[in-house]
Parts: sequence; C-alpha cells; structure tokens
Amino acid sequence: MKRFRRHGQESHRDRIKQELYQFNKTVEHGFPHQPSALGFSPSLQLLAIGTRSGAIKLYGAPGVEFMGLHDENAAVTQIHFLPHLVELVTLLDDNSLHMWTLKAHKGVSELLEIGRFTLTGPPGAPPSVTRVTAVLAHSSGELLLLGTEGGHVFVVEVPGFRELEERNISLEIVTHSIPEEYGGRRSLEHVESLQENPANPQQVLIGYGRGLMVIWDLDCQSAVKHILATQPLESVWWTEDGLRVLSSHSDGSYCRWSVAGLDTQSEQEKSEVPYGHFPCKAISKVIQLPTKQGPPFLLFSGGMPRASYGDRHCITVIHSKTHVALDFTSRIIDFFVIRDGPDQAGEPSALVVLVEEELVVIDLQTEGWPVIQTPYLVPLHCSAITCSHHVSAIPLKLWERVLSAGALQNTHYSKKPWPITGGLNLSPDPPQRDLLLTGHEDGTVRFWDASGVCLYPMYKLSTAGVFHTDADPNDNMNQCTEGEWPPFRKVGCFDPYSDDPRLGIQKIHLCKYSGYLTVAGTAGQILVLELNDESAEQAVEATVADLLQGQEGFRWKGHTRLEVREEPVLFPPGFQPFALVQCQPPAVVTALTLHSEWKLVAFGTSHGFGLYDYQQKNNVLVRCTLNPSDQLAMEGPLSRVKSIKKSLRQSFRRIRRSRVSLRKHHVNNAAKLQDANARLEAELAEMELAPVQRKIEARSSDDSFTGLVRTLYFADTFLSDSSHNTPSLWAGTNGGSVFAYQLRLPSVERRAEDLVTAHPAKEIQLMHRAPVVAILVMDGHGSPLPEPLEVAHDLARSPDMQGSHHLLVISEEQFKVFTLPKVSAKMKLKLTAIDGSRVRRVGVAWFGSSCSEDYGESGLTVLTNQGDLHVVSLPGVKMQVHHPCIRREDVSGIASCVFTKHGQGFYLISPSEFERFSLSARCVVEPRSLVEVPHQTPTSLSRAQPDGASEYRYEQPERASKNHLCNNMKTALTGGKALSNGGDFHICSVSIVKEECNDGE
Amino acid sequence: RVVDLQNPSKARWCGNITFGAEFRRFSLDRSKPGRFDEFYGLLQHVHRIPNVDLLVGYADVHGDLLPINNDDNYHKAISVASPLLRLFLQRKEEADYSAFGTDSLTRPKKTVLAAVLLRPDANRKKPPVIISLPRDFRPVSSIIDVDILPETHRRVRLYKHGQEKPLGFYIRDGSSVRVTPQGLEKVPGIFISRMVPGGLAESTGLLAVNDEVLEVNGIEVQGKSLDQVTDMMIANSHNLIVTVKPANQRNNIVRSGGGGAASGSSGRSSDSGASFYGYSSSGTAVATTPAHIIQNYHPEEVESDEDDEDLVIEAGGEAVPIPRAASASCSMPALPRYEPHLNLRTAANGALAASNSASSLSALSPTGRGLEGRSQEEDGTVITL
Repeated sequence: MKRFRRHGQESHRDRIKQELYQFNKTVEHGFPHQPSALGFSPSLQLLAIGTRSGAIKLYGAPGVEFMGLHDENAAVTQIHFLPHLVELVTLLDDNSLHMWTLKAHKGVSELLEIGRFTLTGPPGAPPSVTRVTAVLAHSSGELLLLGTEGGHVFVVEVPGFRELEERNISLEIVTHSIPEEYGGRRSLEHVESLQENPANPQQVLIGYGRGLMVIWDLDCQSAVKHILATQPLESVWWTEDGLRVLSSHSDGSYCRWSVAGLDTQSEQEKSEVPYGHFPCKAISKVIQLPTKQGPPFLLFSGGMPRASYGDRHCITVIHSKTHVALDFTSRIIDFFVIRDGPDQAGEPSALVVLVEEELVVIDLQTEGWPVIQTPYLVPLHCSAITCSHHVSAIPLKLWERVLSAGALQNTHYSKKPWPITGGLNLSPDPPQRDLLLTGHEDGTVRFWDASGVCLYPMYKLSTAGVFHTDADPNDNMNQCTEGEWPPFRKVGCFDPYSDDPRLGIQKIHLCKYSGYLTVAGTAGQILVLELNDESAEQAVEATVADLLQGQEGFRWKGHTRLEVREEPVLFPPGFQPFALVQCQPPAVVTALTLHSEWKLVAFGTSHGFGLYDYQQKNNVLVRCTLNPSDQLAMEGPLSRVKSIKKSLRQSFRRIRRSRVSLRKHHVNNAAKLQDANARLEAELAEMELAPVQRKIEARSSDDSFTGLVRTLYFADTFLSDSSHNTPSLWAGTNGGSVFAYQLRLPSVERRAEDLVTAHPAKEIQLMHRAPVVAILVMDGHGSPLPEPLEVAHDLARSPDMQGSHHLLVISEEQFKVFTLPKVSAKMKLKLTAIDGSRVRRVGVAWFGSSCSEDYGESGLTVLTNQGDLHVVSLPGVKMQVHHPCIRREDVSGIASCVFTKHGQGFYLISPSEFERFSLSARCVVEPRSLVEVPHQTPTSLSRAQPDGASEYRYEQPERASKNHLCNNMKTALTGGKALSNGGDFHICSVSIVKEECNDGE
Repeated sequence: RVVDLQNPSKARWCGNITFGAEFRRFSLDRSKPGRFDEFYGLLQHVHRIPNVDLLVGYADVHGDLLPINNDDNYHKAISVASPLLRLFLQRKEEADYSAFGTDSLTRPKKTVLAAVLLRPDANRKKPPVIISLPRDFRPVSSIIDVDILPETHRRVRLYKHGQEKPLGFYIRDGSSVRVTPQGLEKVPGIFISRMVPGGLAESTGLLAVNDEVLEVNGIEVQGKSLDQVTDMMIANSHNLIVTVKPANQRNNIVRSGGGGAASGSSGRSSDSGASFYGYSSSGTAVATTPAHIIQNYHPEEVESDEDDEDLVIEAGGEAVPIPRAASASCSMPALPRYEPHLNLRTAANGALAASNSASSLSALSPTGRGLEGRSQEEDGTVITL
C-alpha cells in the first residue's frame, strides 16, 4: 500500500515537472558568424544570409526569422530565390545545390530543405567541368542555369533538379559563334556571370572570366550577340530596359555596352576607371538603377586605388552630382538595392550591404543617405563582449527613460521604417519587458530589449569618459576632409579595436526599481551610476580600496590603475557615473553586487572584497582573502602569459639543442643522420601523442587563487541570533570559504551622517574546498529572499521572517543547505562526486506551470562545465531535469551563459551571436512567423509563365517523393494563380490543394 | 545541572590489549564539581583501580586532548561539558604525553582522537607496541568488496583522513579491450599513468601504473572524459574508492570455494604487512567477517564524510565545528588565534546544533546512509598498512 502510494506521488511529480519544465533552443540573436552569401527576394521581401558553417538564415519584417542548416559542413557561397516563388537555391562550397522552401505548418511557416543536387558531367571529364561558378534562377521559376569553371552552362529543371542536357550551352558552340581573332588561342575561362535580360526572359547573358560576354537565346539555342571586352571580367549588369549592359573588370574599370542594335557585336559606349590614374583594384560588382526623373543610380563595390586605399572596403554610390565612397568596417560579402513599389520596379529606396561583421542599410531617398538602424542582425560584437547581465520585468518607468536616453543617441539614423517587410510576425507580444546588458571590451555597456524575438539595441553607455585613455578624444575617425578623393564616408559600427584593455567591463548589476547601476572593469574600477534624464557636468569622486590590507611580500606585476579625470566631465542624458572605487592592486573585478535600499555596493577581486557606501562615498569594509603562499594571484595577469612564453621558448630550445647535438655527432655519416632524424621525428610524434595526464589530489589551502572572490550577496536575515534579522553581506571564494558580515545601517534620517558599519559574524570553510559560485538565503517558506526594493514596489511578497531561514551555498561541486543563524548542515546535493561535472553558472528562477496559471515553483537553473543544463528545486535541492545544451568544448559559450529570472537564458554561439534557450514550459520566446505567396500583378504573372515553360510543367521526374510533393505544390500554385487572378493566399491552403492533386492521381 | 561523563578506559588507547576496554558513564553535579583530588579518587573508584597512577585527559570542543591535573583545568573541563564530557585515562607509566596539546587544533578532531587511540607511536619508550593486530594502526587503504567483484577487478579504498600525505597519482586517457557480443572491441578507458613517490597511492601498493580505472566511488567512468573523472576523484578525495582492473593480474585475490580467504594483494606492501597477512590467513574467513577488523573505530570515524567537517567560525574567533571540527586555520591567515577558553553557552549550543544537524541529516537521507552502511559492512577484507 505504501509503496503503491509512493509510486502514485512520483508519477504526480513527473506530471508537475512536465508542466513546469521544457527545454527549447528558441532563437539566435545577433549577427551570424562568418557570413558568406547574401540573397534577397523582392517579391517575398525576405533577406537570406548563408554562413561559412552551412547555416542559412532568412529575415523579413522584424520578428520574422527562419533558420536552416545544411547537413554538409560546407560554406554557403551563393543564394538565389526562385523569382516569385517561396523556394530558394543555395550553392555550397562542396559544389552541391540545395533547394529550400517555406512551408506552413500549424499556421507558422518553416524553412525546409526539399532537395539537393550535384552536377554530373560526362564520364571522365575533369571536375572543373562541373564546378559551378555562376547560378541564374530563371524568372520562369522552372529553370536553373549553372555556369561552371570549365566554361559550360548547364540547364537544370527545378524544383526536381532534372538536367536538360539538350539545352546545355557548351563552350564549343559559343566559341564557334565569336570572331576567330578573339577566341582563337586562349580559352574563355570560367563562367563569371549569368544574367537574364529584364525585358526578354529568353535572352541570357553569359560572361566569361576572360572578358567575353555572349547573349544567348534560350528559345533558338544560339548566340545572338557578343561583347568583346579585353579585361578580365568581374561582374555584369543588364539595365532594366534591356538595352544596355554594364560590365566591371579586374583592373578597376567598368564599361557600358549598347546591346540594342541588330549587330552581332555590341559597341562600347563608355569605359571608365573611376579612381584611375594609378592601378586600381577590381570592381567586383556593378549595379545601375533608373529613377523616374533624373539620372540613374550607379553603385559599385571596390575599384579603389591599389597603393593608397587598397585596404578599404568600399561601395561607391553615384547619383547625379553626388558621389560617395561608403567605407565599411570589414570585407564586403555582397549588396543589393531595394526599390519602391509593389513589384519592386520603382525608385531605389535602400542599399543593403552585407559585410563580414555587420549588415548596413542605407536610406537612398533621404538627403545625406543616412543609415537605417537594423532591428535585427545587430553586431553584438562591435566591441568584444566581456560579460552580460539580464534583468527581467523592467518597470515601465525605467524602460521609457532608458528608451528616451537611447533615442537621443540615435539621431544620426534615418527616420525611415525598416525596408525589409516580408512575412507576418505572429508571435504574441512579450508578457514583460526584459533587458539584456552586455559589457564590452572598450568600456561600453549596451542595453538590449530582450523581451521578444528581436534583440533590439536600446541604449549605449560608455564609461571611458571617466578616465584618461591613450586615445585622443579629438581624433575623430569619421572626419572627412573637404575635397578628399575618393570621397570616403565611414559607415557601420563594428570597431573591435579597444583603446585600452583596462576599460573592459567585467561585471554589471542594475537595480531596476531605483535606476542605480554599477559596473566593474578589468583594472579594478567600480563605477556607480544613476539614471538622469538631463545631461550633467560633474567630476567623479574616486575612492581607493586597498585590498591587500598590509599583506606583505607581494608584488603586483599587472597593469596599473586607470587614471581618473579630475576635472568635471559632461555626461549626456542616461546613466551618469557619480562614484568610483578603484581596487588596489588593480586586478579584474570578479564579483559585484548592489543593494539600492541600503545604498551599498560590494565588490571583489582575486585579492579580497570590499563594501562601499555610495551615499556617503566611503569604504565601509575592506577584507583581504589572500593566502600568503599564493604568489600567482599576486603577480597579476601578465606573469602567467610570460611563463607560458617562457616554457614555449624552453621547449623550442630543447628541440633545437637536440637537433644541433645530433648534427654534431653524425655529420659525416649520412645514414646515421637519417636514422637520428627519424628518431627525433618519432620523439616529436611521441611528444605530441604523449597522453594528457591529470593529477589526482585533494584541494589544499595552498592552491592558487583560493582567495579569489567568486560571489557576493546581500541578505536581510538571521545572522547571529534567531530573533533579530539584520542586514548582512556574504562573500564566497575560490577556496571554498564563505565570509558573512553583519551590517549596521543608521536610521533613514541619519543615513547621510552616521557611518555604516560591518562586523565579521561568521566564516564557513567548506571541507571540499571547491569554489563557491553562489550564495542564497531562503526565508521561512523556503523561497529565496526578494530583491532589494521589490517588496517596497509591491512586486514581491515580503519574506517570511517568522520561520527559520536557510543558507544555500552553491559550490562548483555541490549544493548545500545550512540552517541559520547556527550554521549547521541540513541537506546537500552532490554533483561532481556523482557525475564529474561542475557548476559553471547558476541562477534563481521562477517556473510557472503551463497548465494552471497560479501554480509555480522556485528553482535553480544550473549550467555545468559539461554544457548540461539542470534545474534544481528549491528549497529541497533535488535534481529535477537535465538537458545537454552546449558542447563541452565550447568553453567561451559556457562562460558566457546568463540566466533570466523566468527560466530562460542566453549564451554566445559565436563572438557575435547569442543563442536563446528556455527551460520553462510557460515562458518561451520563439519566432512564429508566416510567409505568404507574393502578390502578383498580371504583368509579372505573364513574365513568370513564359511560353516555353509550360511544356516542362507537367512532366516532372519522379525521382523522389520529396520532389514529388514539391511538384504537386507547384502545380497547385500555378492553379492558384489562375484561380485567384493574382490574389494572395497562404501556403497552408496550397497544401490542401496538394492533397487534392494526390487524390486525382 | 547534571553532567554526564563518559570514561573510556585506558587500555583502548594505550594499545595494551591485556587490559580490556572499559567504559564508565556517570554523572556529576555541575554546580558543585568539587576539587580535583576528590574527582581523581572518584575515577579510581568508578574504574575500580584504586592503586594505579592515572593520567587524566579530556576532549575539548576542538577535539584536542587536554590534561586534567589540577583544580583549575578540572573546573574548566567541567564547564565545557556539553553536556557530555569525555575523559581518557592512561596509566602513568604508559602515558603518551605527545597526544596532549593545543597544536592538534590544526588536525581534525577525529584524526586526533584516532591518532591518540590508534597510532603506534615510534617514540614511545615504554611497553613495546604489539603490532600483531591491525586495530593498533590507522588504515590507509583497504581492498573491499572482494566477494562481489570479479577476480580480475580490485576495489581500493584510500583513507585520506586529513593527513598531509598527498593522494599522489595521475590518470590518463587510453584504450582498453572489452568483450562484447560482437567480439572484442576497443573502447576508450581511463588509466593510472603515474605514481608520486611517497604518496598515499604508492605507499599502499594496491594501485599501479597502467591499472585501468573502472569506477570511482561506485560510479562507472565509462563514457566520461578524463576531466570528468578527475573532478569526480577530487570531489571524493577525502574518501576515495576506486575500482581498477590491475595491469598486473598475477596478484589477484583468489577466492577458494565459498569462503573467500584472501591471499594478499600486490607484492609491494608485503614488508609491513607480514604479520597482518598472518592474521588474515590464520583461519579467519576475512570476507565473511565484514567490518570486524576495523570495528575498533566508531563507524563515523571511517565514514569521514567531508560534509560534516565544514568549519564554522563565529564572530569573536570562536570555532564551532559542525559537528566535528576540521580546522583550516592555515587557509585563513587573517583570523585571530582561537581563544582557548570557550564561552560555555556558545559551546553548548554549538554541540546541540551539531547533534541536531546530525540527526536531521540521517533522517533526511535514509537511503544514502543505508547504502553507506552496507558498504561499510562489506568492508574490510584486507587491510594494508
């Protein structure tokens, strides 16, 4: 009976667990790492980015996001949307082509791969024959033209990927059609470009690497015209009227050719080297777009004078008399122009440029061509991210103040709305306002709206102004001197170069109720900031905290303290620093916390910790935690680097010495020398193969960095007796020590005059000596104590002060609950002893049930060094669920993880991207978006259905069921077009039609 | 108030087995402790040894053994009774004076007591220690679970206790061959790669280079990375039990019939263990007499779970062990020296809290305790020295 009941309880618990916890990786924020290809569908209004790791990401209106990953781990080199369809084709580095589609499922579109294809040449042909270099998705939506390295053009039917051999355009036929004196001796090289005539879909321009361009008629399968350019070809553009062709070349020139006449040979209208005289770099892409009245827009990338500006990444935009060379922050991957109007035939409105580290969109219709702020794909890493901090449920007041401070910083951006508008964002409005703060290497803190799918930049705070840095503030990179040629203009915000590495932000703590913020950095600086809606000129008062406290025999070999500006500094509206603590030695700050009700900031480094009263601007407490035998902690960060260098040097010397000695002994004996060399190689190989070994030793107090302060915690609890609760400060170190101080705060009216005092109350030395990563006090109900001011704002129940409080000490190895005020062990959960993983990150979260609105539990969200996520219940410290999340090799990903208060979290999957995950069943933020089949005007419909296309439509190859499905969809689509006469409808309706088709068969 | 006093007899800790272990428990009125000579007489009377010269000691809250030989320290001893006072009586001619002193503060209490009770003191001049029985020694390692493990495996327990000797070995990745239904298969494994000379692992002789590590404290290591196994071992280092497949399979314990008499372990520990092997092979079926050999210990002494050894220092420099002290003053350079004279109330409360926590612990994790208890019972087939 008893056993039976217990079983019942367990299954009940299992059900509750299912209602509380659910693991999902939901969305990736930020900018894709190493982008390699760009695509755009004017009809879908979707942007596609391919990366070197084989990922493909689609973006439309803010919130509309799709992501796919190729099974092959090869770079995406080209992306082409099939015109007027929801399919797109990707070309990978391994020469494979992939067909993707957006398919509706339960009212939400999904990106699915529906086919793959690799070009097969004739037997025995070298691989270059089929190596694809150029792709043209024909406007019929039925054909793909593939130009190859061998100079052939293969015609493939899509979406079935059926090779139409009879329509291939072989190099031989082309060679026959051009004058003898041009083609004769050398090969035409690879196919560089394939372009369709915008006015006549049956005409295709084939550009060969050597410079020859041929206009090929798909109907009569013959060359109509040829253009004999003498310079190696980089790109080709066919003007919209179909009368002219622009070509760009590797010598930095572009040419305009008239193709209107009936002559087989086109005439060169114009040839220009825009940045001429001296040798120039190639123009890799050229575009010309007409405007209704006035001259066309001409845009090209590259073409800079090789010697003086060869290292610039530029796109030149010329319109009328305006000529600007947009100077980007990193290599240009690709660019395109968005045009106004329903069928994308109107005025050019925005230039979209994908560079290696960011996406830049420039408003071409506003005077001065300002940049439009991107709602997504924001480069998180414009300066390297050094830490992050998440604050859930921001009060509206603070939110609005931060937004307005941010708005003042964004005045240089264009007022135009985001020009890419594809898809419908169906995700519900976020239930609360969440803020993600990222600290950066250059001393800035960026505030991101992390409430929804888009991580949107709100405000940027710079702390560098407080200090004297090496950089001269007058040295403005954006300055552009009058009359400079080329007329450069810097665009983009990616700036990885830090003026001073000491400025780097290491810890952040924001009180969302009071608007007080504290940030701490690499050189032991702790700034306290206050949100102010007005700009203010003030000097920041610095206080030095000597953490050594008279410990002798140490020498700090690291960096020096930052030099503070003593004169008043003008701070713009937003967070303004008003107090500064500088640790001595200026080691990196490793722990930081702020209590806005008590007006105290606690900070810790590898040497000790301190408590600072930011109302009276004085140090309340400084405590050294150093172990006298710990030399490493003392010498600073540089000595370790030095020692690595030293050991490297030594090992190289050793190898060299052994080589020298070998030579000495066996100079005259070639055989012996060889023998010795072989032995040496074997030795070296063995050195490489020598297994890594790990020492098994109990931790001792003499280990290095035992004094490093890992965590600091404020609690109003029963520290010394069970009848009076008092404010307290708790600190945990790397060596498994916990220090507790009792704080005496003067009454509110005397707060400004009387001193805050701190008295040591307790010290706990964990016997296993593992680093303490978090400390938490739970009230009489077993719930974690609320944040400061949370109760005052009526946002949390006041803690239970009647029952006994418990102290939870989380070390890397175990979770342990102690009673208070008498610290005696009550219960524990061991982690490392059981499965060998260690706690890396821990957060307190509230998990709401997905079934009943009013049920929820507190829990700890835990990330281990194995990359696994665990949920540990409170106050019982029992393991609830665990999920593998991050690869264990991804050390920086694990280190970057930050948890929210509602069971979500973020970690860096690359220097520039956050992955968002959720452990909560109730609280999930994920993209939900629907993409509709584009509107089609009758003209574009006729263009989409050229005469020649119909004969292929109904003879689809039955190669795979996947293709089959796709074909049916296509059939349905065309049927839909005919029926609705250009009306829009959703893909889900297509799938219904598809079923009917199947029935018909 | 009434004070309970417990007097384990002299024999147990002076190592003289001709005296049987004698325990006396009696009570005193704390408000009227009287004088030392009265107390001394009382002790002689209670133990019925009126004509034997005694050296009286007591265990204070830190686990230090302190002498009682005048009125002052006698009153002090009574005042710290919380409420139990443990007294230790030694015959004066056999007394081990080195056991006394406050410097033992740096050692965990259990170790101090164990050392007093069990350490064979080389400096002792008077009666020679009889080394024939293992209970006179503190075990440093043992082979356990011989009856349930395959003969090719060996489960070794290393007793770190708090001693200064390093565990002293290294592990590495490697590959081993397993028999599977598909035939022989090469699988990754963890191996002992190096022994530190003079370390605990080496001195036991039960572990050797190239032994394959199969389990750590009962948890299989297969599928775990080298770093994981390292962390597991370090997390269990206070009481490490490793199951290995020795590279040298010639010294395996051969079980004969159902009895399972042990034939010794690896050869290197033979010197100091000679008499011991004599003991274990002298007809006693070791494997079937679990825990017999080390039953001189309190079970908790062997079950040195590190969780109970966390040290809490209250404000003012009073150290309260929970429940057993394990001082780590060396890691806290900034601490004031502990006051030897303890506040009675604090000490009593501390001990109460300690006992509370101990009981609540056992109440909270009955399964865990049960498991530990069982492994304890299966313990003690062979002990090397």
